[in-house]
Amino acid sequence: MGDQLQFIQLEVMVVALGLLVLLADLFLSESARRSLGWVAAGALGLVFLLSFRESFVGLADGKAFGGIYRLDGLALFFKRFFLVTAIFVLIFAMDFASRLKGGVSEYLAFILFALSGMMFASSANDFSLLFVAIELITVTFYILVSFQRHRMHSLEAGVKYLILGAVSSAFLVYGIALVFGEAGSLKFDVIRAAHDGLLGSNVFLFGMLFVFAGLAFKISAFPFQVWAPDVYQGAPTPTTTFLAVGSKAAGFVLLIRLFGSVVPELTAQWTGMLMVVAALTILYGNLCALPQRNLKRLLAYSGIANAGYLLMGIVAQSESGDGTAAILYYLAGYLFTLVAAFMIINLLARDGEGEDISCLAGLGKRSPFLALTLTLAVVSLAGIPPLAGFFGKFLLVKSVTAKAFGDAGYFALLAVAVFGVVVSIYYYFRIIRTIYWSKDTPDNSPVAIAWPTRMVLGLCVAAILYLGLLPDKPINWANAAAKIETVAK
Amino acid sequence: MLPLLAAVAVGFVPGRQRRVIRGITIGASGLSLLCALIAFLSFEIDGELKFETKVLWVESLGLYFHLAADGINIGIILMGAIVAFAAACCANDITHRVKEFHILLNVMIGGILGAFASMDLFFFYFFHELALVPTFIMIGVWGRGANRNYATYKITLYLSLGALLALIGLIGVYVQTGAESFSIPDLIDKVGKKPINEAAQQWIFPLLLFGFGILVSLWPFHTWAPLGYGAAPTATAMLHAGVLKKFGLYGLIRVAIPMAPVGAQSWLGVLAWLALGNLLYCGLVAVRQKDLNLLIGNSSVAHMGFIFLGIASLNVIGLTGAVLVMIAHGLLAALAFGLSGHLYRQTGSLDMSRMGGLLRQMPLAGSALLMALFAGCGLPGFANFAGEITIFFAAWAAGLKTITVIAAWSAFVIGGLYMMRAIRNILHGPRGDDWAKASDVNPLIATALGLLLAALLVFGFAPWLLTKGIEGEVTKIVRLAKPEAER
Repeated sequence: MGDQLQFIQLEVMVVALGLLVLLADLFLSESARRSLGWVAAGALGLVFLLSFRESFVGLADGKAFGGIYRLDGLALFFKRFFLVTAIFVLIFAMDFASRLKGGVSEYLAFILFALSGMMFASSANDFSLLFVAIELITVTFYILVSFQRHRMHSLEAGVKYLILGAVSSAFLVYGIALVFGEAGSLKFDVIRAAHDGLLGSNVFLFGMLFVFAGLAFKISAFPFQVWAPDVYQGAPTPTTTFLAVGSKAAGFVLLIRLFGSVVPELTAQWTGMLMVVAALTILYGNLCALPQRNLKRLLAYSGIANAGYLLMGIVAQSESGDGTAAILYYLAGYLFTLVAAFMIINLLARDGEGEDISCLAGLGKRSPFLALTLTLAVVSLAGIPPLAGFFGKFLLVKSVTAKAFGDAGYFALLAVAVFGVVVSIYYYFRIIRTIYWSKDTPDNSPVAIAWPTRMVLGLCVAAILYLGLLPDKPINWANAAAKIETVAK
Repeated sequence: MLPLLAAVAVGFVPGRQRRVIRGITIGASGLSLLCALIAFLSFEIDGELKFETKVLWVESLGLYFHLAADGINIGIILMGAIVAFAAACCANDITHRVKEFHILLNVMIGGILGAFASMDLFFFYFFHELALVPTFIMIGVWGRGANRNYATYKITLYLSLGALLALIGLIGVYVQTGAESFSIPDLIDKVGKKPINEAAQQWIFPLLLFGFGILVSLWPFHTWAPLGYGAAPTATAMLHAGVLKKFGLYGLIRVAIPMAPVGAQSWLGVLAWLALGNLLYCGLVAVRQKDLNLLIGNSSVAHMGFIFLGIASLNVIGLTGAVLVMIAHGLLAALAFGLSGHLYRQTGSLDMSRMGGLLRQMPLAGSALLMALFAGCGLPGFANFAGEITIFFAAWAAGLKTITVIAAWSAFVIGGLYMMRAIRNILHGPRGDDWAKASDVNPLIATALGLLLAALLVFGFAPWLLTKGIEGEVTKIVRLAKPEAER
C-alpha cells in the first residue's frame, strides 16, 4: 500500500492542503486569514517543484491501485498544468476576496479540491476513476460558481451549471454502464485489449458516444455548449478562469486518453462526426462572440471556439502524436492568455457588475502596462505571430493538414477554421480598438494593481512571448508527453 | 534587423522628445538603406545565396532563422530599404502619440525587410504577420477619413484571410515534400528530385494562389486596397502599397510556382484572366475617382495586373519583367502616396476637383507628382516601362494573345486617361481655393522623394542592374516548373 501511495503523493498533498486551509480557518484571526491564500499558493508552488523530483518522475509509466491509476508523461504534464493554473487562480482569488462576502477560506479550499479532481482525472486509467474525478471537479464547481450568494447572477449561473452538469453526468454514467455491460470491465487496459471485438458492438459504440457527450459538456463543445456563456458571466471571475482553463483541460486530457490511446480505432471510425462537431463548435463560438459586449461572455464564446480548434487536434490523432502535442501546446498558451485577460477584466470591473467592453476605453492612457498585456493576450488568442496562440494554432493546423491530402473533408474543416479565425480577429481587434482609440473615456484615473497580480501578469506576458518566440524546448516537452501516450497503448 | 532594434530603442526614449524619436527611426532606416545599397553593389551573380545567416530555431520542426539574398530578393530588399527610408522621412506628419507611431513603424519596417530576406517558409510568413498588427493599429489610430474604422477592419480581415490560406498552402508544401525543414532552398532541392504528387498540387497551388493573391489585391479580392490606402497615414500607405503588398507576388514566384508546377499549369490560365480583371476593371474604376488617394490606390491595384500577367506567362522574360515591375511599382507607389500625403497635410483634402495650379504653388512637389503620374502610365525612361514592356513580350510569347492585346490597350489607354486627367486637374489650370496657405515640401521630404525618383530613373535607364540577377534565379524556377522547355 505504501508504495502505491507514492503515485498519488501530489494529490494527497493537495487534498491535505485543502483540509489544512479549512482547519486553519477555525483557529486564525480575521487578519491572519487574509494571508491564507498566499500560503496556499506558496504551498502549491512547492508541490509543483516536488513534481519535478527525481524519485517522483522515476515512477512515470507506472500504474497503481490495480491499474486504475496511471502515471505517464501525459499525466505529469497535465498535473503540472493544473498546478500552475491553480496557483494563478489562488492569487487571483485573494485579489477578489473582498467581493466574495462568504468565507474566503472555503473558497480557497474548494479550489484545491477541484484541483485534486483534475489531477486525478489526468491519471485516470479506469472508468470509475474517470467518473469520480469528473464528479469531484463538477460538484466543487457548482459551489465555486454560486459562491457570491448575494448576487442573483452568481446563483443563477450556479443553478444552470447544476442542472446541465447533472444531465451531462447522467450521460456519462449511462455511457459507462453500457460500456461496462459490453466489455465486462471498467479498466481501460482491458477495453484496449478487447477493442477488436468491442468495436463491432453497437452497445459499446452507444456507450462511448454517451461518454463523449459527457466529456463534450466539460469542454463546452457543440451541441453541449449552451451553459458556458451564462455560467462564465455569472460566476466570480476567479472561478470563471479556473473553469475556462482547468475544467476544459481536464475534459481534454480524458478525451486524449480515451480517444487517443484506449480506442484510437474508434477515433478513426468517427472522424466524420468529430470533424462536424469541431467545425460547428468553431462556427458557433466565433459567430456568437461577434455581437457580445460583455467581456466575460465574449471570452466564453471564444472559449467555445477554442474548444473547437482543440478538437481539431483530436480529429488529427496520428501515430506520431502530432495532434496530441498540438493540443498540449495550445492549452499551455491558452492558460497564460486567459489568466491575463480575466485578471485585467476583473481589475477594471472591480466595482459593480460592469464587464462591458466600454470599461476598457482609454486603458491605453490609464495603464499602459495593462493595455499592453491585454493586447498581447487577445492578439495571442487571435493567433497572430509571434505569440503563443499562433504557435498552438500553427501546430494544430499542421497536424490536420498532414492528414488532409487525400480527404477533402479535412479541407472543409480547415476552411471552417480559417473562417473562424478571420471572424475572431474582428472581435478580438475590437478589444484592441477600444483600448487604444475609443473616444468616450468615462474614467481616466490610473488603475491600482497589487504586486502579486502584477507579478502574475508579468509572468503571463513572459510565457506568451516565450511560447511564441522560442518554441523549441516547449515543443519537445509536448512531444515527449504525447509520445509516451501513444507508445504505451 | 536594424529597425526592430530601433523599435526597442524608441521604446526607451521618453514620449516628449519627438526629435530624438524621429532621428532614431530615420537613422535606423537610413543605415539599413546603406547596408542594402552596399549589399546590392557588392552582389555577385553566380546563382549562390549571399550574406547568409542561418541559426537553428526550432529543432524538432526543422525551423531555421535563415536570412539570405539572391538575385531576386536583393533588388526587392534594396527597394524596400529605399521606401522604408522615404516613409520614415515622411512620417513627420504624425503629431500625436509620436512615440507609439514610430515604434510600430519600426516593427513594420523590420517585418517587411525580414519577410523578403527570409529563406525559411516559416519566417517568411512570420515576418509578414509581424507587419500586420502595426498596420491595423496605425490605420486605426492615426488614419484619416470618415471610413477609417471600416477600412481598418476590411484591410485587416482580408489580409489575415489571405495570409491564413497561404499558410495552409505552405504547411501543405512542407507536409507533402516530406522535408525535414522549412528552408526554401532545401524544399526546392527536394521538389527537384521528387515532385509533390499531382493531386496534392491541385490543392496546394490554388491555396497559395488565392492566399497570396488576396495579399496582392488580386481581382476580385482587391476592394480592401484603395480603401485601406486612402485611410492609412502616409508612411503606412507608402510601406504597405510599396513593399508589403509585393510579398504575395514574391511568394507566388518563390514558392508557389516551383513547388507546385503541375498545379500552376492548370491554374495560370485563370490567373491571366483575373490579371485582366485587375487591369481593366480597376483601371476603369480609377478613371472615375475624384479623390487622389483613391485614384492612386486603384491604379496601384491595376498595376498588379501586369505582374500577375507576367507570372501567368511563366517564362523567363515574363517572370523577370514581373520582378522588375514589382520593384518599379514599389518605388512609384511610395512616391505617389508620399506626395498625396503631403498634399493632404497642406490642404486637408484630396478632392481633385478642388485642386489645380499645383505646379505654380509648389514647383518641387508638383514636378515630382508629374513624373510619378507619367511613370504610372508607363512612359519610357522609368523603370515601370521597362518591366511592363517585357511582360507584354512574355505574355505574347506564352500564347496569351487575346489577353495581351486587351491588357496593352487597357494599360496604355485607360492608364493614360486617368493619369492625364489627374495631371490636368491637379497640376495645371487655375489655382484651387485651398492652396492659399500651402507650402512646398521641406528638404527632408524632398530628399526622400528625390531618392525614390532617382531610383525609378536609374532602373528605368539601366534595368540590367536588376535583371541580370533576377534572370539567373528565374531561369532556375522556370526550369523547375517546365522541365521539358529548353530554357
